[in-house]
Amino acid sequence: MSGSIVSVRGLGKQYQLGSATRHDTLRDHIAHGVRRLVSRKNDKPKSEGDFIWALKDVSFEIGQGEVVGIIGRNGAGKSTLLKILSQITEPSVGEVRVRGRVASLLEVGTGFHPELTGRENIFLNGAILGMTRAEIRKSFDEIVAFSEVEQFLDTPVKRYSSGMYVRLAFAVAAHLEPEVLVVDEVLAVGDAAFRKKCMGKMGEVASLGRTVLLVSHNMGAISSLCDRGLLVDNGRIAFDGPAHSAVQAYNSSQNVAGTGQSEQGVIYAIPLEGVLSKKCAITRLEMLDADGNPRLHLATGDTVALRVTFHLSTPAPRCGVEIMFNTGDGGRLLMLANDPDSGFPLKLEPGVHSIECVIEKFPLSAGDFFISGAITIPYEEFLARWANLGQVTVVAADVYDSGFVITTDQSIIVTDHHWRVARGAK
Amino acid sequence: MPADESLPVERVIRAQRGLATVNFGELWRYRELFGFLAWRDILVRYKQTYLGVAWAVLQPFLTTVIFVLVFEQLGKFNSKGAPYAVMTFAGMLPWQFFANALSESSNSLVASSNMISKVYFPRLIIPASAVLSGLVDFLIGLVILFALMIFFGVKFHAQLLLLPLFLFVAFSAAFSAGVWLSALNVKYRDVKYIVPFFTRMGLYVSPVGFLSTLILDKFGPKIFFAYSLNPMVGVIDGFRWCVLGGSFEPYWPGVCASFAVIAILAVTGVVYFRSTERTFADVI
Repeated sequence: MSGSIVSVRGLGKQYQLGSATRHDTLRDHIAHGVRRLVSRKNDKPKSEGDFIWALKDVSFEIGQGEVVGIIGRNGAGKSTLLKILSQITEPSVGEVRVRGRVASLLEVGTGFHPELTGRENIFLNGAILGMTRAEIRKSFDEIVAFSEVEQFLDTPVKRYSSGMYVRLAFAVAAHLEPEVLVVDEVLAVGDAAFRKKCMGKMGEVASLGRTVLLVSHNMGAISSLCDRGLLVDNGRIAFDGPAHSAVQAYNSSQNVAGTGQSEQGVIYAIPLEGVLSKKCAITRLEMLDADGNPRLHLATGDTVALRVTFHLSTPAPRCGVEIMFNTGDGGRLLMLANDPDSGFPLKLEPGVHSIECVIEKFPLSAGDFFISGAITIPYEEFLARWANLGQVTVVAADVYDSGFVITTDQSIIVTDHHWRVARGAK
Repeated sequence: MPADESLPVERVIRAQRGLATVNFGELWRYRELFGFLAWRDILVRYKQTYLGVAWAVLQPFLTTVIFVLVFEQLGKFNSKGAPYAVMTFAGMLPWQFFANALSESSNSLVASSNMISKVYFPRLIIPASAVLSGLVDFLIGLVILFALMIFFGVKFHAQLLLLPLFLFVAFSAAFSAGVWLSALNVKYRDVKYIVPFFTRMGLYVSPVGFLSTLILDKFGPKIFFAYSLNPMVGVIDGFRWCVLGGSFEPYWPGVCASFAVIAILAVTGVVYFRSTERTFADVI
């Protein structure tokens, strides 16, 4: 075992479900104690059903310099695993042996204080992440250069744009020099150019021989950065092997479960059975082309139909379906809603419905966009909403017939237009 | 296993059982973070206030003025010939430090819940740095105290050199109570409501506006000994003695009782804190 820098054996983490025996105030605690005294019989022992194993029987070894991607569905236990590895929470059983300093980056900008300036926050955040003052001072200029916020160093970060904030936060973390770096999904923030820069930095860290554990939903990042992939499913390691095989295993498991993007043109899909008890749920979101066939890729200017399939368990005298396109840092670019925005009212009975929104000329340029959605009774209530239904990658197209393709680096939006020389201008 | 220079010692993460002890080596490694967090609290405290750091002066000063008006003018308390304002301010200073540090530190863990659920570092640093950041206000108050002493013509005594010792005890008192309350606050948010009540009561119960000898003379040493279980009694008496000199020498058994209470609170508080620390991220 001399080669392994992280060694995990029989790791498990159990959480208690529900609020049956949780006491958030002293009063609850006392009341519970009294109740126990008064009626011993009613005090049923904690059954196995009140607990859930977020992780169970997890064992693996990681050698020095390995870059390991951890993938799995939401709630599979990835974040719990990272939290145990970074000593934030304790395992219930099993153990982890780590040789060397572990730096964890579970969120960018942990401990940033909005009232402090960029400069002050670099020092504060660095210290929180485990850097010494000397180390921070040594990499200070690099951090500033990487973050591209030189001019605003002495401005409180509460006045920063969200992009600047994220850039500064990532820049600090990227200059950590631990033996083991644990990263959770932080690459999902920021604009495309910055994400690319972060990926580059991660690759650089890995090439320096440090051990990296990376959780991501970005399969592209996993296969390009990592040598090895761990697929976590239901609290267990379902696959451990080369990264690209892990990604394949993940994609095929997604097919079985009926979720994910493995089917062409499907942005979001979940089995209907799971949501029948809910008031309302989107079960499927797919992209179609002008003929109603699944759309394999989407380019700027294409005609695209977005088909939303959803389940309602209450009648909706008016029903609004909203689809939003957002940037990586959450900025909304486009919202399309049948009612009231587009004046296409729907009166729906309980059941499963599909409606399509046809966009004649898709107006967003090449880049990655995130889709959020909601189903509403207009002016009354949100039946349900989704912050992230999935990601679409728009491929570049020569929209203006000029031989020049438009990407988000030039302009996020494209629109029909033409130029002319003004008549009679002097 | 051969010692590998490039790789530090192996660390084991597993479920801990029973009472936990303090890992001093680790605390030492994180000493800079301790300073940084206190520095952050100091920088942030008076941001976006109009009067800024003047609040550090105004709070104890105005309270003292009220005490002088109420107690000296109406109550005619015995201040053993010392100027009443100086006597009160010498008690107000450690009390304010204790009360502010206590309310900051008892709330500190919950206020840092984001950090606790995202990054590992020894959690003891959080309540400790909250107490440390209160020292700035204390030092500013100390300058006012010296100014008052000069204004009222109070001589500077040799005991003044012992002031840092009593300050350290006041620090320990705030830290040990803060450690207890901050850890309890993670689980029971009742603490948030108890602390302000506690500090407001404490101002009148502790010998801030009067001399503790009042209790000693009236009720005798037994009762006074019980009274000294309020740890701030010993601290305030000590402060007065340092500032006003020989005739204010405290009743030493009482001071010892106060200090013993602080020591017990500190040890039990740290053990309780360390033992519940591992569930902070899950509960907070």
